[in-house]
Amino acid sequence: MDSGNTAWVLTSAALVMLMTPGLAFFYGGMVRSKSVLNMIMMSLGSMGVVGLLWVLFGYSMAFGNDVGLGLLGNPIEYFGLNGLWDPESLSGSIPTLAFVGFQAMFAIITVALISGAVADRIRFGPWLLFAGLWAVVVYFPVAHWVFAFSDEEAGVVGGWIANTLGAIDFAGGTAVHINAGAAALALALVLGKRRGWPQEPMRPHNLPMVVLGAALLWFGWFGFNAGSALAADGTAALVLVNTLVATGAAMLSWLLVERIRDSHATTLGAASGIVAGLVAITPAGSSVSPLGAIAIGLVSGALCALAVGLKYRFGYDDSLDVVGVHLVGGLVGTLLIGLFGDSSTPAGVDGLFFGGGLELLGIQAVGAIAVLAYSFVVSLLLALLVKAVIGLRVPAEAEDAGVDESEHAEGGYELAGFAVSRVAAQQPGGAEPAPVSTRQDPTQPQQAFEGSKQ
Amino acid sequence: MKLVTAIVKPATLGAIRAGLDRLGVLGMTVGEVRGYGRQKGHTEVYRGAGVSIDYVPKVRIDVLTETSIVDAVVDTIVETARSGAIGDGKVWVTPVESVVRVRTGERDSDAL
Repeated sequence: MDSGNTAWVLTSAALVMLMTPGLAFFYGGMVRSKSVLNMIMMSLGSMGVVGLLWVLFGYSMAFGNDVGLGLLGNPIEYFGLNGLWDPESLSGSIPTLAFVGFQAMFAIITVALISGAVADRIRFGPWLLFAGLWAVVVYFPVAHWVFAFSDEEAGVVGGWIANTLGAIDFAGGTAVHINAGAAALALALVLGKRRGWPQEPMRPHNLPMVVLGAALLWFGWFGFNAGSALAADGTAALVLVNTLVATGAAMLSWLLVERIRDSHATTLGAASGIVAGLVAITPAGSSVSPLGAIAIGLVSGALCALAVGLKYRFGYDDSLDVVGVHLVGGLVGTLLIGLFGDSSTPAGVDGLFFGGGLELLGIQAVGAIAVLAYSFVVSLLLALLVKAVIGLRVPAEAEDAGVDESEHAEGGYELAGFAVSRVAAQQPGGAEPAPVSTRQDPTQPQQAFEGSKQ
Repeated sequence: MKLVTAIVKPATLGAIRAGLDRLGVLGMTVGEVRGYGRQKGHTEVYRGAGVSIDYVPKVRIDVLTETSIVDAVVDTIVETARSGAIGDGKVWVTPVESVVRVRTGERDSDAL
């Protein structure tokens, strides 16, 4: 065991964990104020559901020994992480549980990413059910395809994309972003458009919160990408630098597109360009030079800025552009490895522009399309299943009033206290709460709230 | 007595208050309001999608004043609120029959 590597991976796991609440802020600021809490809750819900499933059998499905054709790990091999807390249990040079924890954060945020497509209109229970089913049927197998590397000495047999196909996906361009983006498209299609979209304006209610979320994502993404080296070494350092410059380049190119197209460089554009760049450099972090990373960033920022308009052209309501940013950004990063791959980097493969021919591009395309197709089809079936069994959407009146109120009995902001006219504890048995006078006795200012503490 | 009401750009509020203070005006009521005038709102852009803002934020000021200084009050507001750009706002004057200070019951001039 190497304590330096272990320290870095454990730290990275914590960094990646912060990305999911960061995503909650990023998404939460982009919706209208009446559904900010529901947006945040879908991310928090993913942390609960997927975190548990990962420990129960998700890790085993992704990183257990393959049960055939590189499609799935053995779900009972490490059920409940059986035996992995043994001090002798190592994954490379780090404790296996450090790797388990690190990868758990990837599973969680991948599921949370999907929620951006269904803002404002999905019921919370069906979302949790979909999140759990999707993790089991889509994410765990796909993570096995992409992330489970074979180790003949240790007798470990992994997934087909990592070993048979040999596509490069350093930290999850296919497994995380293409995967979540394709699922988001499928779920948005089954769920249908928001009421009033696209005629009614649905502008973000809190752009500073969007930027806070994007900043937390960028910060955590250094763990997501550089931590994926699974060692505190030169690979991690290159990936960290690439994650910095690709992201900056993508932000600038997104803003340039906006300046030309809409005459203004916007805050939402900067935050969106940041995420587009982070997504695109994720698969390519260890296979391109910093100059290659800048090129990938510039391309992804511009293409994603143009792609977010697709939903208006095709008429699907992907509320917060999970398709335009994650699916498109993931495809850009995954495919551009085939062009900018540089054999002097740790991944060690030349792409088209470095004399490597078209072979790598072809391999990257097969990996990307396989994940896209599998995720889209299975997600569509899962969404239809959940819709048929328990329904997906809130009623029309609840959608108009806001899903925070109908799904969570809460409001995100309390800006005018005089709007509260009575306060009472929820009585067991659903008894009607007693009215409380709106006139407060100044000598007993807490009186109105005591009922809620009973 | 007159009621001077002004709808102005929010950023001009501080200068207006300072100007009225110099005139000896002792109080005002301020509210955040929204509305539109000849420019019919403005357009914002979110990820390439234009959003038309039909009602733009303004500040509404109400000042009760003696008739003798009403012209000075109006002039002060107009001068301090003017940028020359569209959307600077409006000021109007309404006659007031009677004013009562709630705390003391004083009336009219004594209540100002």
